[in-house]
Amino acid sequence: MTAYIIRRLWQMIPTMLGVVLLIFVLFNWVGGDPAQVLAGKISNPEQIENIRKQLGVDQPYWKQLLIFCQQIVTGDFGRSWSTNEEVSRIFATRIGPTLTIMFPLLLLETTLGILFALGVAYVRGSLTDRAIMIACTFAMSISFLVYIIIGQWLFGFLLGWFPVQGWSDSYWKNLVVYAPLPVFLALLVSVAPTLRLYRSFFLDEINQDYVRTARAKGLSETTVMFKHVMRNAMIPILTNIAIALPGLMIGSFLLEKFFSIPGLGREVITAVERSDFPVIKAITVYLAVFTMFLNLLVDVLYKWVDPRVEFK
Amino acid sequence: MSAVIESTFAETRHDSAGPWRAAFRRLRNDRVGMICVVIVAAYMLLVLGSALGLFAKDWNREVGVSYANPSFLPHLENLEAESSRNLTAVSKVAPVDLSDIDPLAPYYKELDERTAKIKVTEIQRSDTLPFGGDKWGKDIIKKTVKGAEISIFVGFAAALLAAVLGTVFGACAGYFGGRTNDLFEWIYNVFTSIPYILLILAFAAVFGKGIATVIMILGITGWTGIYRLLRAEYLKHREREYVRAADAIGASNMRRMFVQILPNVSHVILVQLSQHVVQFIKAEVILSFLGFGVPVELVSWGTMLAEAQNELVIGKWWQLAAATASMAVLVTAFSLFTDALRDALDPKLKAVL
Repeated sequence: MTAYIIRRLWQMIPTMLGVVLLIFVLFNWVGGDPAQVLAGKISNPEQIENIRKQLGVDQPYWKQLLIFCQQIVTGDFGRSWSTNEEVSRIFATRIGPTLTIMFPLLLLETTLGILFALGVAYVRGSLTDRAIMIACTFAMSISFLVYIIIGQWLFGFLLGWFPVQGWSDSYWKNLVVYAPLPVFLALLVSVAPTLRLYRSFFLDEINQDYVRTARAKGLSETTVMFKHVMRNAMIPILTNIAIALPGLMIGSFLLEKFFSIPGLGREVITAVERSDFPVIKAITVYLAVFTMFLNLLVDVLYKWVDPRVEFK
Repeated sequence: MSAVIESTFAETRHDSAGPWRAAFRRLRNDRVGMICVVIVAAYMLLVLGSALGLFAKDWNREVGVSYANPSFLPHLENLEAESSRNLTAVSKVAPVDLSDIDPLAPYYKELDERTAKIKVTEIQRSDTLPFGGDKWGKDIIKKTVKGAEISIFVGFAAALLAAVLGTVFGACAGYFGGRTNDLFEWIYNVFTSIPYILLILAFAAVFGKGIATVIMILGITGWTGIYRLLRAEYLKHREREYVRAADAIGASNMRRMFVQILPNVSHVILVQLSQHVVQFIKAEVILSFLGFGVPVELVSWGTMLAEAQNELVIGKWWQLAAATASMAVLVTAFSLFTDALRDALDPKLKAVL
């Protein structure tokens, strides 16, 4: 186990270097001189000169790369080009709202997805099953944007059940007042693909011999479904959650933009709008690291869910 | 009786007509699949027609009043058009004489002469349009068609680019193995370790907007899935007898990769291509909505939705409805078509029922 983890960590190094190189090539080489990027955005030439010096624009590329690596290791990406806020501070203050939205969403989505999918898989081939599958296909064909536009208008503006948008300083108020509508709309969108996917995972298991055996020895249907089928379907489900997690950190960017939630996703969009490179660079690099560690964590979790899994 | 025998005979003969023909026959027997083919084909004709300028050429003309009502709802209250009309009425009120302090006063005569030379045709703005108008009084139907053209074109072009990249990379990695494989696996790991949407946004931040840029961004960031599958296929195929036979008669690596193996894995590429078109159309819509996609002088479903967001509050729902419905129908048809295509091309891999 320890040997496995150490090996995996060792293997992360080249990938990590690749990510750094990719971001570097994108922003320092393709993106070009900040003086040009920021022309018209920052009027103060002194400030631009400062930024250029900080990035080492006049120096050879390998030296710029060194500066970039130094920034990553120390976590000091300097200040945002547009708001002059420290990038590390942006990170620290924006992650909270994002998690306030994404954590309940992930929890609800997974629970509902598993329960519905288990139910639908149980009545597979029936009219209910087919109707739900067709409904899912239709639900998935409508853009996420439309759900938010109509949902915000209907529940926020017309019916007035929720505030149209906003955010406060109090955690509980955010969770109870401002988070429910975005979470609900995101659930509406994500439940269809999740249901379809999880259903296929359950169907892979439901015809296995061990299920027949479990029934044959007289176990109740509930035990068969929840204990036997669910446990075995947990592996692909776990993988799926792990794939979705890093996306969730940022995936709520549309929600955050629509509902004016001061989270990481909205920060990225604003940064792209304003060519605020330090912010994008920092978020991309750190999320990539986070993703890699998450993948490792999931692989370790496999072992916990299914002891038959061998570490290669 | 003889007819029955003949028909079974004909079928067996068709069966040996090659995998593509057999696949086409399976597809033709799939009723849902065929309906979707028709719908997708209709969209393609629409896109082709509007690209060639056969229709929706004048989508940018302001033919109606602001937020013109749809023809089937002519009596809806239209405050926006009223207020804009009042505004022009107000400006017609005789202005105060400022000629002694107006610095432009000596030039008015010359300016008037110049304006007289330019012909202005007063457009008769109609109060209703077939499916309503937008803020500037543009016809929503024409706008939707033009938007479809751009969204679908971007989706197809980007999917094609992603498929080419994924195929070439996958072929090289799978076929050559060794160091080449390591290199491409490394690139793959780098691209997949950054969350997809963030990768797109990072590219968008650097490259700016424009149709070609969106296609490039989606293509460069979206090849990984196709690469993965193609690499596995090439790994499998390079050891097959027919490839070894080709080797024995002296076929070059390139020939073996792209003349011998490629046709045998092309069904995988086709299905992937089709899946990616849908995915990229959706992605383009979101990018354009955020303002990182098509430039302002063009229209796509995404920019329509961006406008529709503010229109809904004042009760103008038609632009939203038009963009949503046209997109939903295409995406549904295309997804079901992809499923049918997969079933037809790879009958062993029948989707779980």
